[in-house]
Amino acid sequence: MTIHRDDLADKFGMWLFIFTELLLFGMLFVVYAVYRSMHPEAFRIAGEELDVALGTINTVILLISSATVAMSITAIQKGDKKRCLQLLSITLLIAVIFMVNKYFEWGAKFEYGFYPGSDALAELGHGTILFFGLYFFMTGIHALHILIGIGLFIYVMLQVKKNKIHQTDYIWLENTGLYWHLVDLIWIFLFPLFYLIH
Amino acid sequence: MSDNTNHKEVSYLEYQGKYRGILGWILSTDHKRIGLLYLYTMLLFFSIAAILGLLMKTQLIAPGETIMGPQTYNSFFTLHGIIMIFIIVVPGLPAVFGNFFLPIMIGAKDVAFPRINLLSWWLYIIGILIVLTSQFTGGGPPDTGWTFYAPYSFQTPTNVLPAVFGAFVMGFSSILTGINFVVTIHRMRAPGMKWLRMPLFPWTLYGTAWIQILATPVIGITLMLIIAERMLGIGFFDPALGGDPILYQHLFWIYSHPAVYIMILPAMGVISEIIPVFSRKSIFGYRAIVLSTMAIAFVGYFVWGHHMFTSGMSGRALFTFSFLTFLVAIPSAIKVFNWVATMHKGSLHLHTPFFWALSFLFVFMIGGLTGLVLGALATNVHLHDTHFVVAHFHFIVFGGTGFAFMGAVHYWFPKMFGRMYDANWANLGWGIFFIGFLSLYLPMFFLGMSGMPRRYYDYLPEFHGMNILSSMGAWVMISGILIIFANLIRSARSGPKTTEKNPWGGKTLEWQVDTPPTLENFDEIPAVDKTPYDYRDYAENTNS
Repeated sequence: MTIHRDDLADKFGMWLFIFTELLLFGMLFVVYAVYRSMHPEAFRIAGEELDVALGTINTVILLISSATVAMSITAIQKGDKKRCLQLLSITLLIAVIFMVNKYFEWGAKFEYGFYPGSDALAELGHGTILFFGLYFFMTGIHALHILIGIGLFIYVMLQVKKNKIHQTDYIWLENTGLYWHLVDLIWIFLFPLFYLIH
Repeated sequence: MSDNTNHKEVSYLEYQGKYRGILGWILSTDHKRIGLLYLYTMLLFFSIAAILGLLMKTQLIAPGETIMGPQTYNSFFTLHGIIMIFIIVVPGLPAVFGNFFLPIMIGAKDVAFPRINLLSWWLYIIGILIVLTSQFTGGGPPDTGWTFYAPYSFQTPTNVLPAVFGAFVMGFSSILTGINFVVTIHRMRAPGMKWLRMPLFPWTLYGTAWIQILATPVIGITLMLIIAERMLGIGFFDPALGGDPILYQHLFWIYSHPAVYIMILPAMGVISEIIPVFSRKSIFGYRAIVLSTMAIAFVGYFVWGHHMFTSGMSGRALFTFSFLTFLVAIPSAIKVFNWVATMHKGSLHLHTPFFWALSFLFVFMIGGLTGLVLGALATNVHLHDTHFVVAHFHFIVFGGTGFAFMGAVHYWFPKMFGRMYDANWANLGWGIFFIGFLSLYLPMFFLGMSGMPRRYYDYLPEFHGMNILSSMGAWVMISGILIIFANLIRSARSGPKTTEKNPWGGKTLEWQVDTPPTLENFDEIPAVDKTPYDYRDYAENTNS
């Protein structure tokens, strides 16, 4: 049996998958919009509790990682395996740093007693409960995507190393890049919604 | 192409791949074998859920407790709903016949992503297993109904978590199938098969696949929210924490209404295949059917609110949703008109698949028109949550999709198994099934009109007469199903062998390949130069 190869089909499939992800987060944005409009004042106050500095750092490094993964694709197109691996390592490192920052950010909230179902939140009223519920749920699902991305990058790097991904066959790398841009894009929306709108 | 030409003649059923025995099936990436895997899984679970339904109808044969108490009844209708919706009718036609025949009908050797296709089936099986654990562990079988309405779904002590999570996993399976089909249809049509030369079953699969891609994520995240609500008390749907249970209903129906079109569109596709073949006549209004398919897929997104007319919405929203509901009925009516017009002056060949198609038209009309009764605001308030809704729903989903599924089995059976079923038993089974179906569900309309609510194990004495009729109908229908299944299973194992490529006189590509098809379907990818239902030659031959 001949192996059927169609890179365009693979990329098309990936784009369709990205649509599903957008709808998945889209519904969460709807929930956010509904509750923000119901409790604008509580959401404003609760938003000020978040660490804008850490959020900004995570936004910037995530944008850089989007650039490095795009550059790694260019590198493999030029047949520069070493450069490709370097750029992917940087991307992977940034993804890990993002998770470390997230750990400290969430950890601080837990220390204040701000987590779903906590007594401290219950005292602060409905709007605050919903804000932090949304914050943990949406950034949590996003962080899950980062973790999946980390797994994908490790896999792709191994494939590049083994020359399974090379100058003429790099669809896995390209699709992983598409996925990573999506994860980045969603963060671009999450960041202002939680950290910046006051 | 491979050089060992002696393999060419072997059918997909006999082909020896990397694995032997059962592994050759459950690890096969052949779209035909995967289609059959789905078929067998569904056969098993349909039987279970049908027996649950039968037991519920038996409970309702007289007022008061007859064979089960209220808690058992609640868990029965929940499991019946979860199995029938998430395991049978949502994957249903696309997973079985879409997998098997979509590539063949568009002239391809397989789907675009065969391995993801196999992954879909595995996710489906894992989802089923997770759902099943809900029955035997924790606080007992869930009793929420398949809709998992908040706030009850996170307050009940029963074991809702695995049921919800299982449905979530099956959603993934559905999304992957959808992606696979859209890419397959875009990229793998045979040379010359322009969009408007594609048969109508693939067209409906195309519309369905888009709904699967664009609607299923919504239920995915909604089910995740229910899980978070139960495990973490996140508060989105809990009024005590500021959440809004109505929002859950919105999110749930934003998926679950389009899901109804996931169920019915491929059924319409099957009917559009069967009717021209057994009328020996080109389909009437091919373009209208294509357009109405896409129109249903599109408008179907915007009608979810009609499930919530009594939940509390603004007057303007009520009006809009009701109007859109009436709008979405138009393309369905166009299709019915086209099917009837195709039969007009056709040369009708009365075989089992055609009987199923005819009875589909009959029950689909009843189901569709009663849908409008529910879509109208004034009557909806009266009929909401009564047996009328149950009857309407079963006329569409069981009468529509179920009849089309049976029609599809009997239509494609010789091609799939290389054997023929006994037509007399098949027709007898159909007749008994049809009579049983009508006497089971028609009385429910009257019961609902006179106010019998759904989802109760008990009822007032004045509803007794109609309920006896309905329960008897259930037993008749099950007898019909038994005859049909026994006939099909026996025939698949030991029916008379056939290698005839085209037993029904079909024009689409699946009737040009070997019976049963070879592993790669086609020795040579065919070139297509005309519309799929071109029966002009038949008309000329019979006229001369």
